[in-house]
Amino acid sequence: MGILYVMWLRQLKRYWRSKPRMIGMLGLPLLFLVALGFGFGPIYQKAGGGDYIQFLAPGVTAMTILFAAMFSGIEVIWDRQFGFLKETLVAPVSRLQIMLGRTLGGATVAVIQGIIVLAISLLVGFRVSDLILLPLALFFMFLIALLFTALGTAIASMLEDMQAFPLIMNFIIMPLFFLSGALFPLVGLPDAIMIIALFNPLSYGVDALHAMLGGISTFGIGIDFAVLGALTLAVFAIGSYLFEKIEI
Amino acid sequence: MKRAGQKAAISVESLSKKFGNFTAVDGISFEVASGEIFAFLGPNGAGKTTTIRMLTTLLHPTDGKMKVNGFDPAREKDATRHSFGIVFQDPSLDDELTAQENMEFHGVLYGIPNALRRERISYLLNLVELSERKNDLVRTFSGGMKRRLEIARGLLHHPKILFLDEPTLGLDPQTRNKIWQYVKSLNKKEGMTVFFTTHYMDEAEKIADKIAIIDNGKIVVQGTASELKKTTKSKSLESAFLSLTGHHIREEFSSPKDRMRLDRKLWRR
Repeated sequence: MGILYVMWLRQLKRYWRSKPRMIGMLGLPLLFLVALGFGFGPIYQKAGGGDYIQFLAPGVTAMTILFAAMFSGIEVIWDRQFGFLKETLVAPVSRLQIMLGRTLGGATVAVIQGIIVLAISLLVGFRVSDLILLPLALFFMFLIALLFTALGTAIASMLEDMQAFPLIMNFIIMPLFFLSGALFPLVGLPDAIMIIALFNPLSYGVDALHAMLGGISTFGIGIDFAVLGALTLAVFAIGSYLFEKIEI
Repeated sequence: MKRAGQKAAISVESLSKKFGNFTAVDGISFEVASGEIFAFLGPNGAGKTTTIRMLTTLLHPTDGKMKVNGFDPAREKDATRHSFGIVFQDPSLDDELTAQENMEFHGVLYGIPNALRRERISYLLNLVELSERKNDLVRTFSGGMKRRLEIARGLLHHPKILFLDEPTLGLDPQTRNKIWQYVKSLNKKEGMTVFFTTHYMDEAEKIADKIAIIDNGKIVVQGTASELKKTTKSKSLESAFLSLTGHHIREEFSSPKDRMRLDRKLWRR
């Protein structure tokens, strides 16, 4: 397991040494938290939804993780351009290990970002419903991070173009985020939107965080776990296959 | 090919690689005996690096057979990867890590036990005179320092077969000498097979047991340095090389950026 450890450590070191990236990644979630939280707060309250920050914070935490996780895939393209990818590809390690090592590192970074945003949301008025559930909330944050880091990494393994990656990512990330129940509750929606939300893996992540942090769940925590877990395994399998296929 | 895959460390039979219409390697055959030091020479863009990429599982051949340490790099990738080490022609270090961290990463990846790893890292960093800078980020290194670190890293695990793709490019004679001495001692002590490319003919002549010259994707001639000089009636390996491959300057496809451009055009379906 030393192999997974060094690969994980490498990514954490790179993250730690790149402070601008750390701070830059927090900008968008904080904007959402403040602008939407305070902007829609009064309307949400009038509609009888209660405190909007209370609803929004778990969603924005999930969003932070989604963004950080998916974008960590760019490191694969980065490594390809700077040549380091070759070093790992000729090494006598299985492609699953490469996939796992990269994903664990990226996912840890994403969870750290998520924790920072969650902590900041406490400053703007969010209250965790039950502190005992906090470790479980962290577990689900990690599961969300794993799934989307693996997805971002798998997609990046097929690309060589530095410029194409952010475009493709935004094209995938935005619908995932907006149609996940992070910004509005998944109740009483038009059928079309609801169906899309049901097919959106992030919906189950957001739902799990709502359950763990705010005490409300649409799908139930069992279903959330089953969907996220199964998808994570599937993406790992596909990702390892794609790494097997990389030619340099 | 006689006793293919038996005692030979590397055996290659009518190996070809095409990128679209461009044939980079065109049906080459050769054999490297176990424990031999083999020089693979040729002008820029002759197909040296492409051949190494195929032998080291990074590129799938279009046609032909190859065996590295008895395994097929195209099919038995994992077993092949356990058999070799490589120093790439183009950079493959992590700039955001320190020299020490780059070495550690490699050592763990290749499963070198902790104590041995530490000992070898400090020995090799000393050998390439980077000990004092070992805790600096690689991004602050000069080109020559990066090159030295690449080589030190490639020598960290002692593989059965070592590929060196223009390892000494841009290094001063002192460093070149030291590195070749070390490689030769590994070759003697551990019977490590060495497969290298270079543009320094004196290097090939001094170090290689056998030499093959490749041009336009085809092997023009192979043999010992003295055999090559005899067949071309040349005084030095350099003039033998020039008389075999001509005097005009070749178009270079092998710089990483060019290659990437070429690849993007050609192998994305």
